[in-house]
Amino acid sequence: MSNTARERIFAKLRPAVAAGQFDIPSPELPPRPEWTPSEKVQKLKTLMEAVRSEVHVVKADAWTDALKALARQRGFKTLLHGPGTQVGDAVKQAWSEGSGGLPALRTYEGAIENYKDTLFHDTDVGITSTLGGIAESGALILWPDAEEPRLMSLIPPIHIAVLDADKIYATFSEAMERMSWSEKMPTNALLISGPSKTADIEMTLAFGVHGPKELIVFILEP
Amino acid sequence: MGDQTFSFEKNVETALGDTQLRANFEYAMSTLYQKRKAVFADEAETERLREVGNAVRQRALSKLPELLEKLEKKCIENGIQVHWAETTDEANRIILKIMDDHRATRMVKGKSMVSEEMHLNKFLEEHGKEVMETDLGEYIIQLAGETPSHIIVPAVHKNKDQIAKLFHEKIPGAPYTEKVEELNALARKTLREKFQHADIGLSGVNMAVAETGTLCLVENEGNGRMCTTVPPVHVAVMGLEKVVEKLSDVPPVLRLLTGSATGQIITTYFNMITTPRKPGEKDGPEEVHLVILDNGRSAILKDPELRQTLQCIRCGTCLNHCPVYTRIGGHAYGFVYPGPIGKILTPQMEGLEKTGGIISASSLCNACEEVCPVKIPIPELIRRLRNESYDSKGSVPGHGYKWNLPEVLVWKAWALVNRYPRLNELAMKVGGLFGDRFPKIGPLKQWTRVRTTPRLARHSLHELVKTEGVDHE
Repeated sequence: MSNTARERIFAKLRPAVAAGQFDIPSPELPPRPEWTPSEKVQKLKTLMEAVRSEVHVVKADAWTDALKALARQRGFKTLLHGPGTQVGDAVKQAWSEGSGGLPALRTYEGAIENYKDTLFHDTDVGITSTLGGIAESGALILWPDAEEPRLMSLIPPIHIAVLDADKIYATFSEAMERMSWSEKMPTNALLISGPSKTADIEMTLAFGVHGPKELIVFILEP
Repeated sequence: MGDQTFSFEKNVETALGDTQLRANFEYAMSTLYQKRKAVFADEAETERLREVGNAVRQRALSKLPELLEKLEKKCIENGIQVHWAETTDEANRIILKIMDDHRATRMVKGKSMVSEEMHLNKFLEEHGKEVMETDLGEYIIQLAGETPSHIIVPAVHKNKDQIAKLFHEKIPGAPYTEKVEELNALARKTLREKFQHADIGLSGVNMAVAETGTLCLVENEGNGRMCTTVPPVHVAVMGLEKVVEKLSDVPPVLRLLTGSATGQIITTYFNMITTPRKPGEKDGPEEVHLVILDNGRSAILKDPELRQTLQCIRCGTCLNHCPVYTRIGGHAYGFVYPGPIGKILTPQMEGLEKTGGIISASSLCNACEEVCPVKIPIPELIRRLRNESYDSKGSVPGHGYKWNLPEVLVWKAWALVNRYPRLNELAMKVGGLFGDRFPKIGPLKQWTRVRTTPRLARHSLHELVKTEGVDHE
């Protein structure tokens, strides 16, 4: 049935687009902002904080110390990380150097079908790397993969994301162009700007409706 | 919904008399209005962006068959299964079949206006399936057994007291609370359970990129990501106009969409799906299906003027800015798409004669056109459709349904009177003498129901000029 539906639809569409002229303007995009690296960090931080993300700008060689201090202070119980990624390996290394008072490290065991219970009911925090950031939008770019699956940044009530300051692009368009997205789109690409939120009840903003209640970002500066 | 017994006038009257409803809408619409204004503060830049949005959408429509073929090809290469549906019934059956093939009984749904257009929930429930809306607003109206009153904020007609009562009554074990945070927590708890155990997830599509075969979803809550990631099967439904040509078309449209819809620079999540779970990946659906629906869109495309309707990206900002919508709300329109965009879209899909004159519910103030992110000339299309209502040679379904001899004769007489000065003079004289005694029947009765009948002057302007001359000449 759907084959013939397809034929019928195209049989209508082809003459339809041929009827009359389209008047397609060719406007230029607004100019791309030219920001210095530190301006981009600042812009991203300001925008993300405005939608209640928690942003820490730290030195690249000291970020795991900052993470450990934060984890102890907040009393996290379990931390899901992705070994095999730079971020995951750094966490593992840091924890091996002394993990008193720190959350237990977890890894995403097997496929979701067998890991759902733990992920939904027994994971406090997920930590992931990012592919970059977008200063103009105040958003992080994530390309989840086998090491850092898609649900790591969605199911745990707290998501921690790690971003290299030098991977912050001015605009979404720039990020796409520089990384040639059109040639290699992944299974799933995400932009994330803050914790999950809704204003569906009387326009009152509330956080953590389905996804993470908190988004904590470490921006690593050289 | 959409049945022939619906009376737009009656709906309007009921809505206008509902002070709670009007207060809820006034508050919500002015909030959205202010938020949009704040995010598009730079007028020159906004105008430029709107030009780009218009160009992207027009270019896509001009190559629609080619782009849809490309989208299909890319999706299949990427492992996404593509289905075509000419009617909503076909689309519903395709989705039912996918569910049956997987012995799936529990569906979690992200927000999708196309699925509302299909009345998918009702259809699946009639076939014994559990369908769970998971967008908070959609969840609220599903509990209440209602339909969306707004494209973006579907439960906007309800205030928190009403929602508090609803949750307390409908969610087992839910305490009564009017605190928004607590209401959200109740929904979170209930729906997380559903996400975890669902057999299938359904979503809409905000944009589909032909170049890469990528489905784009815009959301704040994370329920869309849940529906497209946790269950083993994901079905996306889209109207066939939702395609864009290139990946580089996405950023400007995204910026326009979030800014216009909710006054956000960007939403919490922008979710781009290109393939099902690949070998070695640990989550994401094993199967992704894309259902592409026509339901009258191809017919709209063939009219060089009306096809601009299909540029719409469903941001809902024309609703927020419409003096009619903000006073009567979405349900009064009787169909899935309310407000200015609904006024032009619904009659073209359903037929003018079935839409109860919603096309007349406009003051033609042009606010919708001024804010439309893709520059659809909505007032112009409203005028065109009003003409079509009377034009027995028109092309829109239901054209000419308002054609009637008395009205034709009245206008013919009017034209005649205005062609001959003598006749005009005579008509004015007769009007001056007897106009007040003209019986208030038919449209005149309607019109004078809430208005004072204007009194016709005894002497026409022409007469006065003749007898008294003109001052300050």
